[in-house]
Amino acid sequence: MAFVALGQGSAGNSSAPKKASRVAFILLAPGMIYLGLFFLTPLVSLVITSLKTASFTGEIGMYDYGFQVSNYAYALDQYLPQITRSFIYALIATLMALLISYPIAYFIGVKARNKPILQAFLLTLVIAPFFISFLLRTFAWKQIFSNESPATQFLQSIGVLAPDQYVIGSSFAVIAGLTYNFIPFMTLPIYTSLERLDTRLVEAGADLYATPVQTFWKVTFPLSLPGVISGTLLTFIPISGDYVSASRDFLGGSDTAMIGNVVEANFFRIQDYPTASALSVMLMAAIVVLVSVYVRKSGTEELL
Amino acid sequence: MATEFVARGQDLELVGIHKEFPGFTAIENLDLKIPAGEFFALLGPSGCGKTTTLRIVAGLEEATRGKVLIGGKDVTASKPHERPVNTVFQSYALFPHMSVLENVAFGLRQRKVSDPLAKATEALQLVELEHLALRKPQQLSGGQQQRVALARALVNRPALLLLDEPLGALDLKLRRQMQVELKAIQMEVGLTFLHVTHDQEEAMDMADTVAVMNKGEIEQMGAPEALYDRPKTAFVARFLGQSNIFVGDVVEENDHSISISCNGQRIAAPKKRSEKHSGKVALGVRPEKATFHADKPDLDSNHNLVGPGEIIDIRFTGVSNQYLIDVPGFGDITVFAQNVGKSPVVELGAHVWVSWKVEHAFGLSDLPLKADNDEA
Repeated sequence: MAFVALGQGSAGNSSAPKKASRVAFILLAPGMIYLGLFFLTPLVSLVITSLKTASFTGEIGMYDYGFQVSNYAYALDQYLPQITRSFIYALIATLMALLISYPIAYFIGVKARNKPILQAFLLTLVIAPFFISFLLRTFAWKQIFSNESPATQFLQSIGVLAPDQYVIGSSFAVIAGLTYNFIPFMTLPIYTSLERLDTRLVEAGADLYATPVQTFWKVTFPLSLPGVISGTLLTFIPISGDYVSASRDFLGGSDTAMIGNVVEANFFRIQDYPTASALSVMLMAAIVVLVSVYVRKSGTEELL
Repeated sequence: MATEFVARGQDLELVGIHKEFPGFTAIENLDLKIPAGEFFALLGPSGCGKTTTLRIVAGLEEATRGKVLIGGKDVTASKPHERPVNTVFQSYALFPHMSVLENVAFGLRQRKVSDPLAKATEALQLVELEHLALRKPQQLSGGQQQRVALARALVNRPALLLLDEPLGALDLKLRRQMQVELKAIQMEVGLTFLHVTHDQEEAMDMADTVAVMNKGEIEQMGAPEALYDRPKTAFVARFLGQSNIFVGDVVEENDHSISISCNGQRIAAPKKRSEKHSGKVALGVRPEKATFHADKPDLDSNHNLVGPGEIIDIRFTGVSNQYLIDVPGFGDITVFAQNVGKSPVVELGAHVWVSWKVEHAFGLSDLPLKADNDEA
């Protein structure tokens, strides 16, 4: 979008196109240099690492430059369950976050529109979790639902959990934690869309024989779609790579590991850098493919 | 039932409508009956309650008290989507994510009318926009959007079509063109139109009946000609066209006329055109009914004559010249003279006499407020 705006700006100002483009270049340069240094360099380094071969000396953690494409096949073969799990968890957590966030965003953006104090208060509540590190918050949940905690004992006593079943370590706990951590990223973009919603269009829907529910699906929801798309992207992408919630140090267990956990383990514990890098590159590629298909399908290319 | 497809317009009846907003009363005990098939204009300044009235009819606003009947059926408790009413909104309120055609077909689809796209295309033909059917609303000009909004409402053949200042955003030329088209369409489809506007020319030009609304109440209602010819209150006299209004005590009353004395000069009005016959009375005359003379003319008792006064302003408006004449004791009198080639040769500062026929004068039921004077 920024590029579109820039393009229109220089097109409209045709009397001094050279000057305008030079100004644009100067303004863009710091960002470009920053991206070049801190995004492109590590990326290239990552790809190079992912193709390295085991060291000639056989020392652990030492690798030689090479072009070993089989690293990818190995990583895929070894960690397919974790890769699949990552995307399933991310999908479920994104949908959960959407279901929880939409009504909140609708209330703040539409219903509380004429009550600025209430609106500001509710928005603060949405952002409030950011005031505390998400590591601490996730750890707090681990404490609340730890195996000996009153909450877990209560769930066991009413039969929701079997006596030998626990909350922490389950897929449920990981997905709930992921959902919880990313709700603000879903709520805020949807709020921004709904806040701009022209309520006269909702009146027009009612005037044209649509019930409130029909008006919601035919008018309100389609018009909030840009917010829904950016919200789902802002949650799905980081959730796919998240390694905190699923970690055994936090809410996860032995069979909840996601790609992030595998990458972490390969880098820091096994010191298998090529496999970890190959997994990272594949995660990135998979997200790029999934996101472009999603955005294309939802007909909101202008977001990219 | 809203799903009923009515071929003809139905009548609208408002009974004792009262609307309170926190802090003020928008509508006070409004009674109104609009016969089926009529083009009815609700005319008034902004904030007079006319748009609130329209929203109450559409069901978008709930009346504090009172009943809304459409075609004899009480719809007071009905939700907007259940009412056989469609609105052309001031902002058009076209759905930006749908094509023009889908916008027009929206109401038809909701009511599961067969072949909605063909009917929507027909409606677009009526407003001469079928060639833009697949565009998005924001790709259209203001006038085109207005016509889409009209087609979107008309295609449903509502018992009652509500128009909320839909021409307000258009420029003068387009507005005149749309007025003609709207009127033609109304005659063609035979629907009942309730048109809310603050443009008095628009109301008089299009409506069969005009109701002038002020401060939440209808001051006067009738055919445009009747309303213009004989306004009954100072507000109507000044809001619907311009008026010269003179206030004085009644000094003579006979079978045909009443006369007031205004700074020693007498002004008469026919008795049957006067609301009040005694005490302090306001008489008025339209600026185009008055003429002025360079010398004091010799006129019979069928004329009112005041003067002499000084011409303090001359405005050329194309079809006529507007003269503002300051007559001591009367205030400023406005006189319109048609530009037909023999307009009196006068210039700023000239001293003239103003006269008009007694039969053109009208007597008001109330006295003009200071604020009304400033408006004129």
